[in-house]
Amino acid sequence: MSILIDKNTKVVVQGITGRDGGFHAAKMKEYGTKVVAGISPGKGGTDAGGIPVYNTVRESVEKEGADTSIIFVPAPFVKDAVMEAADAGIKLIICITEGVPTLDIIAARHYAFAMGAKIIGPNCPGLISPGKSLIGIMPGNIFMPGKTGVISRSGTLTYEVVYNLTQAGIGQSTAVGIGGDPVAGLYFIDLLQMFQDDPDTDSIVMIGEIGGDAEEKAAAYIKANITKPVYSFIAGRTAPADKRMGHAGAIISSGSGSAGEKLAALTAAGAHVVNEPAEIPALIKKH
Amino acid sequence: MKIHEYQGKELFDQWGITTVSGAVCRSVDEALNAYDHLGLSRAVVKAQVLTGGRGKAGGVKIAKNREELALIAASILGMDIKGYIVDRILVAAAVDIAAEYYFSFVVDRNAKSVVMIMSRDGGVEIEEVAAKNPERIHKIPIFPFVGVPDFLARKAASILFDDWNHIVQAKEMIKKLYRLMVDTDASLVEINPLVISKSGELLALDAKINFDDNAMYRRPEIEKLFEPTPEEEKELDAKAKGFSFVQLQGEIGCMVNGAGLAMATMDLIKLYGGTPANFLDIGGSSNPNKVVEAMKLLLSDTDVKVVLINIFGGITRCDDVARGLLTAFNQIKTDIPIVIRLTGTNEKEGRELLLGTPFHTAETMGEAIKKAVELSARNHVIVHQA
Repeated sequence: MSILIDKNTKVVVQGITGRDGGFHAAKMKEYGTKVVAGISPGKGGTDAGGIPVYNTVRESVEKEGADTSIIFVPAPFVKDAVMEAADAGIKLIICITEGVPTLDIIAARHYAFAMGAKIIGPNCPGLISPGKSLIGIMPGNIFMPGKTGVISRSGTLTYEVVYNLTQAGIGQSTAVGIGGDPVAGLYFIDLLQMFQDDPDTDSIVMIGEIGGDAEEKAAAYIKANITKPVYSFIAGRTAPADKRMGHAGAIISSGSGSAGEKLAALTAAGAHVVNEPAEIPALIKKH
Repeated sequence: MKIHEYQGKELFDQWGITTVSGAVCRSVDEALNAYDHLGLSRAVVKAQVLTGGRGKAGGVKIAKNREELALIAASILGMDIKGYIVDRILVAAAVDIAAEYYFSFVVDRNAKSVVMIMSRDGGVEIEEVAAKNPERIHKIPIFPFVGVPDFLARKAASILFDDWNHIVQAKEMIKKLYRLMVDTDASLVEINPLVISKSGELLALDAKINFDDNAMYRRPEIEKLFEPTPEEEKELDAKAKGFSFVQLQGEIGCMVNGAGLAMATMDLIKLYGGTPANFLDIGGSSNPNKVVEAMKLLLSDTDVKVVLINIFGGITRCDDVARGLLTAFNQIKTDIPIVIRLTGTNEKEGRELLLGTPFHTAETMGEAIKKAVELSARNHVIVHQA
């Protein structure tokens, strides 16, 4: 099994006629993901690499049975795109776009929540259940099916960690990039619980970074609720205070959000904290 | 993005939030002119710098008269507060304060909302109150589609005040402050202290506003207020070229694709005994022009003794990245040693392309960083001998 997505997940791509949307729609299809439709208002009735294009998300739900959406539209239009998907009955909305205004994502998330939809992202690489479905921009070839769940705030750092796992013969059940923005949808705690409940996940890798206190909150949650082993790497030990390190959310402010506090909290919660990503596979094998 | 207190107060004025604005002065003469022009007696002089802790650093003082004002203005102008040199001060009437409070609207990552935060313990750092008396801080989350209706503003106001006259004033102020936050895409609007004067008037004696960088494209009037430091200029220049860049003080220049991997690279350099010169995320592409621009940026830092390129080839294949690097290094001549680590899709082909070049190559991140740290230490010795 896996969490959130599997081989039956039917995906609609919002912004499929854009450069990134088109490119990754093709990549996802090639991986084996059921990409059933694309959205591009005004271009309904056309076709994008064999994928039917509709004007509205509602049509893709009615005609193709789409249940999950991935968003590539430019940042100023993300709020509307998320709300459109939620309104149409989409239950999982993955937002790849970066640079979305914070107040927009706050509004969109509240609306989606009211409609019973979950959001992943924005500013994230998406998620993958290896061998079943890839909904995102991750390089599918570095993943392999297995029993380790991965949760990460970063993109390429996730690939680095996953690559090490795969090389060591450790496969992944599902890997989720939750995104680098200060306000985002599903986060560590939500996903830790999903992996805890998934019978086919037997260990969890959690990749955090500086900024906010989500890792500390996750640590408290792990201590109280998670029985599966958790392995963790936190990026940004050497980051200076008050500087945004690429990701909008990666900033140490007013003395909080530093890597040291996160490492201490996770260690105290019983997670296996590593100094470098390459140490993770050997640790998993040891347990 | 941050702005100065006086700019924040100008915005307060525009949104109808009562404050004591005063005048911005860049010299003692200007301060004296402002004093006369505003007809002041007791005056407050406040350093205008884009950092907190001004009071503790001695950047906020009360002048009893004109002579004292001149002395205080002279002492604060030119002061160094956490690396920021004070080039302007705010001169305003000193208020007779009856009581001080704290109020803010802030984006809360955990609540995934804007929350309002209030406390009857104003005038001190809110972090201190949070640490010592957390029960004296109150938080109310805001539903974005509802905003701050009357009842909610009244509820918040009555947490702060007992006197109905004060509650009514605060209710109006809170509603206007939320309007300001939404209209300008602020991520923080903080008043500390919010005061009741001895004459019973509610006044915002400070104004701290931070803005959401992601939203500045639709707030040009706010973006105009941005005053980058020389360091930030360099970072902005990098941003215009599609990079994320932060200057540090070390010796190993880093070029990495992805913010998380870039941070991890810095961390490992430190772990292995070296010092990172910068954070640089070049994003995901193999475009040689980008590599050339990134190299120029790294080499403009004379402290850089080694350049470490750490690329994870995902969608962008390693052989394409290697070709991009080779094209780029045909255009750049440098004696600084360069360590390249390529991993991911088509890594073997990528590494083969780099065989026989002057680059140091490595397969794993650990190996590459070890090599870069060694080379930077060796370069030290050479410089010393010369």
